[in-house]
Amino acid sequence: MPADRPRTLYDKIWDGHVVTEGEGGVSLLYVDLHLVHEVTSPQAFAGLRRRGLKVRARDRTLATADHVTPTRSLNIAAAGELAAKQLRSLEENCEEFGIRLYTMGHKYRGIVHVIGPELGLTQPGQTIVCGDSHTSTHGAFGALAFGIGTTEVEYVLASQCLLERKMGNLRVECEGRLRPGVTSKDLILALISKIGVDGGAGHVIEYAGPAVRRLSMESRMTICNMSIEAGARAGLISPDDTTFEYVAGREFAPKGPEWDRALNRWRTLPSDPGAPFDKTVSLDVSGLEPFISFGTNPSMAIPIRSRIPDPAAIADAVEREQVVRALKYMDLGAGEPVIDQKIDVVFIGSCTNARIEDMREAARIFRGRKVSEGVRALVVPGSEQVRREAESEGLDRVFTEAGAEWRLPGCSMCLGMNGDHLAAGQRSVSTSNRNFEGRQGPGGRTMLGSPLTAAAAAVTGKVTDPRELLRA
Amino acid sequence: MKRFRTFATRAVAIAFDDIDTDQIIPARYLTTVDRTGLGGHLFHDWRYGGDGEPMPEFALNRPEAEGARLLIAGRNFGCGSSREHAVWALMDHGFDAVIAPSFADIFRKNALRNGLLPIRVDGEMYTACIEEAASRATFIVDLENSVVTTPARTIPFRIDPFARNCLLEGLDELSYILCHDEAISAFEASNPSGSSIIPPRPARRGR
Repeated sequence: MPADRPRTLYDKIWDGHVVTEGEGGVSLLYVDLHLVHEVTSPQAFAGLRRRGLKVRARDRTLATADHVTPTRSLNIAAAGELAAKQLRSLEENCEEFGIRLYTMGHKYRGIVHVIGPELGLTQPGQTIVCGDSHTSTHGAFGALAFGIGTTEVEYVLASQCLLERKMGNLRVECEGRLRPGVTSKDLILALISKIGVDGGAGHVIEYAGPAVRRLSMESRMTICNMSIEAGARAGLISPDDTTFEYVAGREFAPKGPEWDRALNRWRTLPSDPGAPFDKTVSLDVSGLEPFISFGTNPSMAIPIRSRIPDPAAIADAVEREQVVRALKYMDLGAGEPVIDQKIDVVFIGSCTNARIEDMREAARIFRGRKVSEGVRALVVPGSEQVRREAESEGLDRVFTEAGAEWRLPGCSMCLGMNGDHLAAGQRSVSTSNRNFEGRQGPGGRTMLGSPLTAAAAAVTGKVTDPRELLRA
Repeated sequence: MKRFRTFATRAVAIAFDDIDTDQIIPARYLTTVDRTGLGGHLFHDWRYGGDGEPMPEFALNRPEAEGARLLIAGRNFGCGSSREHAVWALMDHGFDAVIAPSFADIFRKNALRNGLLPIRVDGEMYTACIEEAASRATFIVDLENSVVTTPARTIPFRIDPFARNCLLEGLDELSYILCHDEAISAFEASNPSGSSIIPPRPARRGR
């Protein structure tokens, strides 16, 4: 590799992990860290068993239970018979194949994309995969991280490798400074509404620019998490001192002389000046307002003080038809203000927004207020570590005194596999990542927003600009 | 994986853009430890009403959809969740190929790994496919020659030669990957990301 050719962060990680370059641009790529959970792994373990194979790199594989786990009780039976069977299957598979598992009751258990970073497993320059599309979250550390299907989970268990074709480089340059009350969740919703749900397809997105540099690691994770909602399997942020300070001292982070060696390596990762990108998108974040979704995919999002689009004003016939269908499903009126739309449920949680900073943000709104009558509010921490930290700060009492439910960690109502779901016709404001039809329960209507926006809706019972409550 | 063979079929069109995998197979049906039996839940919430009765106007419920092996979908088909269950549900229902103007990246890979052929067709040819599906034309899906033929037209499509070969031969990529065992070991000996990350626990299976 000629040293003088400027390369992107993605180029560098890719080049460093190619085991062999095959015919027609298909390369064998090595995986540094493989995260496993109960929903997308049973068939992969069955495949290993059928072929008589073992797990190649048990020291690079970690499993956790998160998707179907109950949030009211540590008893797995509480999530239903099938969910309990899936959890038992994960326990048996991990025992048989010798994989470290954080199951119910373990102090490190949590949502797979929350625990990787908080345990220091996620490190700059790595390749990380998991049978889950929100694996893109880990890209916030400058790691190439993407979701795979179950067949590929089996391939990685068996070989620690994947056959991959290199993607394009897409740079998103974020200028300016977010105003108070506007978060990285609003930034990523604004970007997806601008480039669309397939705006990043075929590419790895690198988020860059001064607005990204100023963000905390947890805020960066929220952005990278939703790369897949723009169609990009992976999102990346070049590592910097913010990254290194976050990783330092964590359970599985390098220590002592190994840390110094790692740091020297990590400092070479950021994209070189002049590195070529296939596409560039600019976003000035200074004027952004809190964003909220009104439709049935994450690109259907608008500034909270604007009006719901009127399909009659949309020129493109296909897009017009999509918005007509979405508004009908959401039971929202064309051209109405989105502010003051009535809501039934608030969900604060998920791999997008269930870290300690998210809990603190939500508590800023809940403190000294009550959940509006008739509204159900769930606060679900992303991991046992987040839960303990929040409780040590007294945040759980802020939530429960306001009348919100403080639950055990898990994916919960983001996708409603564990019994936490919307009833048909209910409308939620949710800090999760997908507002697809039925995502939070059949017939449920999801509006995506930040933890501040969700908490504000909980205490007023309607869509509310959180900045009004922060000022009050 | 079985070898992909040329077949003739009628086509069903569900030609919306951005159909996500939550629509193809809702999350509540993912609490399974098997690959089979998901076809009954394919497009569940579009296919059945709240009372569990089939919605007569939905494309899959029309009599002409019976036995169709080709689905025609809109742009960015299979976006969202990486759940391979979406591909398993489509195949369990009886689909062997999908025509769309574009496919989501993870869905396309999952499809190819299971022998479901993603066929990229856009522009006028795509519009023509929808019209011909509506007139109950017979489509011939021929991967060997990378072409779909209808009574009115011939529609060539492009596919990654490696993927095409795997489908035609019914080849499993894992066998191919495992042939590189020595190269993988050599890589592991000098991995720039360092060695072991997680102290492992003992296995009952394997070495």
